[in-house]
Amino acid sequence: MLSRTASSLYWIGRHIERADFTARLIDAGLKFDMLPFSESPSGIQSAFEASGATLIYPGDKAKAKRKQIINFMCFDESNQSSVISCFGKARHDARAVRTALTREVFEELNEAWLNFRKVQNAVKNDDFGAFVAWVEDVVRGFEGALHRTMLRNECLWFIRLGAAVERADNTARLLDVKYHVLLPSKEHVGGPVDQAQWTTLLRSVSAETAYRWIYREGLVAWDVAELLILKQEMPRSLAACISEINLILSRLRSSNGRTGAADRKARAIENKIKNNNINTIFQSGLHEFLVQFQVDNNSLGHSIAEQFLF
Amino acid sequence: MKKTGFDEMWGGGKTRSIRKPYLSFAKWVDEVSVDEMLIRQASAEQIFRKTGITFAVYSNDEAEERIIPFDIVPRIIAGSEWDKLSEGLIQRANAINMFLSDIYGKKEIMKAGILPEDLIYANPQYRLQMTVIKPPHDVWSHISGIDIVRTGADDFFVLEDNARTPSGVSYMLEDREAMQRLFPSLVEQHKIRPVSQYTDYLIETLRSVAPPNCGNDPMVVILTPGPYNSAFYEHSFLADRTGAELVEGSDLFVKDRKVFMRTTEGPQQVDVIYRRVDDDFIDPLMFNPDSMLGVPGLMDAYAQGNVTIVNAPGTGIADDKAIYSYMPEIIKFYTGKDAIIPNVETYRCREADKLKYVNDNLEKLVVKLVDGSGGYGMLVGPTSTKAQIEDFRKALLKEPHRFIAQPTLALSTCPTLTDSGLCPRHVDLRPFILTGSKGVNIVPGGLTRVALTEGSLVVNSSQGGGTKDTWVVDENNIKVVEE
Repeated sequence: MLSRTASSLYWIGRHIERADFTARLIDAGLKFDMLPFSESPSGIQSAFEASGATLIYPGDKAKAKRKQIINFMCFDESNQSSVISCFGKARHDARAVRTALTREVFEELNEAWLNFRKVQNAVKNDDFGAFVAWVEDVVRGFEGALHRTMLRNECLWFIRLGAAVERADNTARLLDVKYHVLLPSKEHVGGPVDQAQWTTLLRSVSAETAYRWIYREGLVAWDVAELLILKQEMPRSLAACISEINLILSRLRSSNGRTGAADRKARAIENKIKNNNINTIFQSGLHEFLVQFQVDNNSLGHSIAEQFLF
Repeated sequence: MKKTGFDEMWGGGKTRSIRKPYLSFAKWVDEVSVDEMLIRQASAEQIFRKTGITFAVYSNDEAEERIIPFDIVPRIIAGSEWDKLSEGLIQRANAINMFLSDIYGKKEIMKAGILPEDLIYANPQYRLQMTVIKPPHDVWSHISGIDIVRTGADDFFVLEDNARTPSGVSYMLEDREAMQRLFPSLVEQHKIRPVSQYTDYLIETLRSVAPPNCGNDPMVVILTPGPYNSAFYEHSFLADRTGAELVEGSDLFVKDRKVFMRTTEGPQQVDVIYRRVDDDFIDPLMFNPDSMLGVPGLMDAYAQGNVTIVNAPGTGIADDKAIYSYMPEIIKFYTGKDAIIPNVETYRCREADKLKYVNDNLEKLVVKLVDGSGGYGMLVGPTSTKAQIEDFRKALLKEPHRFIAQPTLALSTCPTLTDSGLCPRHVDLRPFILTGSKGVNIVPGGLTRVALTEGSLVVNSSQGGGTKDTWVVDENNIKVVEE
């Protein structure tokens, strides 16, 4: 496969995953702000912070209003990671590597791009949820098309590899939202507001039911963290993402014989997660753990590009 | 229906009546309302947009991607008419290949004094490099599009030859697929000769001209300028349907006089390049040094016989409209026979007496740049204003050798769907001819282009033209299928 093609496929995977996550993250932020006793920084601002978008925000991030944040993260084409940029770039890449995609997969991305402004214009101030639902629909349609129509070969694996790397990063960022959002001063850890915030986080990634299936007891912070970091059966947990990355790398290895730094780094990250437990993570600091994970994952991304000659 | 000129459906002259190939179609038209047709047409355009059959217009806003208008009324050609055309097209494609091989090789046609030497040697499309390179299998113009116009029942003419990188074949194929989706029973009852084998012919042609020393499973790629090119959809379509790899210049590199592509598994050698990039841009070391679209060293690998470039560089000279005017002589010289499809009468402005005639009759003539394309650099006398004609006259008199002129042809019309029902619009026809090492292949029909503006003769998509599906039907074989 052409290296340029592999790169485009990988980035299609990443951009679609990122678009989905960004929309969900904002949704979670808005829901935080619906809880009583919210104080500064607000939920939407912690979502903003956790996404990393504050690093590239052109204005004063502390003064950014809800509407400006939503606009910047969703609809601003000058922001390379906004939902519209992600859909635009995925569609551009899909056109460039059309021959590597099935008609169904291409059409999902093409239609999302064609419909974007129409959907955006329909977003009224208080029904951002409809936009999130549309983004989720697009992403499900795209993944369904991948699953149902793509050959099980390199083309699919590069898309999945991009999606898994992005998803790992996103989950780490999502968990970190709780680090940025402060509990109101009179509330205590484990109290009702704290719990409601964790529930919102779970719900934003459609994991609330999963939590109830796995954990019998009520909602506890470290169980949520455990679910999203260590549980193999949870599809967006760090453990599940890194296992998938390793699986895909091993398939690519057997199809084209290339092995290198990406394989080694992915195995190292997987070992680090497997040999960990939630108590140790909390003791040494959840935030620090998540930041380190993002650094490792990012470095893995660079090694993938090098290994496959992007 | 206005009674001027020849109509594909109604014929010409005083006794207008529905022509035989259209009999069954006419019955269908009677039964279907214009509104119904407009609805089907809109749904076809929606499908084109959804599947990304778009071409980019150069602007900042990506939403400016457009679709080429598609007209649902087919252009129907009788099988017997096509058979004769097809013979003429094959003759012409063969002659063009022999001509190219000769002017870059033995130069017999110049020695015989058939055409002036300066027309060849001073032509910007004459590539000196090609006098020392032998394209594998001596095939030069592998893929050509020969534009045909019609003025009467038996009057077909070649309007121009496209021997560089003719485009539009994807529309020929997509238009047929659209008609099959929109009007399945109509298509079924007409027993239209199929065109979908084009992409099989194409890949066979490309494989057949691979360098002789490359083994029996040649690696074929299609070289595109990239997603911003207006014909990008066609490039990816052809790659998709042929299984050839779609590459950009930056995906290729030359090492040890061989061409490789950069893959995830490392370098992989390339044997045949179907390039949709002009000569000037394929190799910055040999041609335009500023080109970012090409591959440095490509021509060197080509000269060494390690790769085949399709079409060969230097074929553009056969597109030249001054050369075109000699095509009847060229065909006679190489095949020993008269051209089966005649040329349109052409005045070469480089000749003093012709220039005088053209200058005196500008308002009646169509004047074209010898190396123009896409309908640009062209004057259509009868539909131009005085000021336009005078402007053009200045350009003409300044560099007369750059122009040719032709009488304004009454191009045939074909019924075309408009908001007020079916109206006649002018059409032409671009069949695609494939030449490989084992001979010439052609699919029945081609791309019909239609000038959507009333009275307009300009069919180019860049100037408001649309397309129609082209049906070659055996008129005695049309069956009415029970619904």
